[in-house]
Parts: sequence; structure tokens; C-alpha cells
Amino acid sequence: MTTSLFEIIDKPIDVEEVRQKVTSRNAGAITVFIGTVREMTKEKKTLHLEYQAYPPMAIKMFEQISKEIQERWPEAKVAITHRVGHLEISDIAVVIAVSSPHRKMAYAANEFAIDRIKQIVPIWKKEYWEDGTEWIGDQLENVPYPKGNPTISEEDFGD
Amino acid sequence: MINILLFAHLQEIIGEPKLTVELSDRTVGQIKAWMESQYPQISLQHVMTAVNEEFATDSTVIKTGDTIAFIPPISGG
Repeated sequence: MTTSLFEIIDKPIDVEEVRQKVTSRNAGAITVFIGTVREMTKEKKTLHLEYQAYPPMAIKMFEQISKEIQERWPEAKVAITHRVGHLEISDIAVVIAVSSPHRKMAYAANEFAIDRIKQIVPIWKKEYWEDGTEWIGDQLENVPYPKGNPTISEEDFGD
Repeated sequence: MINILLFAHLQEIIGEPKLTVELSDRTVGQIKAWMESQYPQISLQHVMTAVNEEFATDSTVIKTGDTIAFIPPISGG
């Protein structure tokens, strides 16, 4: 049993446990975002995924996201757990729970949290396709870098 | 002596999650250039850097005992 609001774990995520971390008598709403492993990305079929993290820094970045949420929505409370290691299709990769007195704040803060995770939290996804593997590179566009780094044209497409 | 942490494709290409090297009192930019000369198969041009778990810039100075992490474009969530 852990009480930490922010975790990186290598076992399946217990969604209910994350939700319970943000329960509050002042809350009128809890939003729970569950990010799962998708099979098809355009024409490509994912067999499974591997997530890698830089855990101490990832936890710090989760805390920073929480601070940013506090600045915008002082009454919101957030908990985040991200899984690393080998994940199969439909497995849960990330769970974000936000409680707040009213629902709009809980929705907005939750979306803010997943957007920021994709920008600043050092976690990487390796796709295992039917015909090979690829570390997925771009933070927001999810552009794979086949050579490990963006080329000029991918760079133009990216940021 | 400084610690260099590698992730994702950088870790796979170099074959190590961590390097310990005798480089200090250099900037992040200088260490990036050194890495690219040691490992010509990598490019750090679009890789972010963290020093002691905080995002840093190319002008941040690395002191002995520091941990510098190269953060390739991330894809969590």
C-alpha cells in the first residue's frame, strides 16, 4: 500500500487505487483518464509495446504538473501512475485521476495533465510492429524516427 | 567524474544505460559534442538534456559528481 500520488511501476496499474488517492469530502467530481495500448496506428499493427522511463525525473515532472494544475485550478487534486516495461494490446499504460468540487475543473485539469505528460515527462515507448521495432520519437506528433533521430523533413513536420 | 544516462534508442545504440566519464567543468554543449565524437552513430541535435533531474540548456555547466541525462523526444502517456 502506497500513499504516493505519483508513481512509475512495472506491474499492472490498479485504477481504483489511483482514484482513491484523490478522494476528498470537498470533491463533487473525479475524472479518471486511462491510457491504453492501441493495436492499429494508421496501417501499422502493434504486437506489443515496451515503455522505458527515467523514474526519479519522471516523478519530479509529475510533481511539476501537479504544481501547474494547482496554479490553474487550486481546488483540484491529481494522482498519476505510469507503467513501464512490456505491455500488451489494451493494457493500461497510464492512469490520471483528478478530483475537484465541480466537474469542469476535473475534466480540464485531467486533459491538461496528459498533455503535459507528453511534453515534459521522460518516458519512451518502443513499438514492436509485425515487421520490426521502433522507438517512437516525437512528443506530440508521435512521429517515429527510424534512424533514431529526426531527419530534416521529419523535423519540419514535427515542431 | 560525471555520470551520463542514456535512454531509448541512445541506450540501444551505445549499448549501455550509463557511462561514467572523466569530464567536468564543461558545458552541456561541449559534452554533447564529445559524445558525438565518441559515438559517431548518434546525433544529439534534437535531444534534450537534464542535469541532476532538471532540464538544462547547452550552456549549463557540468560539475564533477553531476548526472547528465540525454532525453530523446519523449513518447509517454
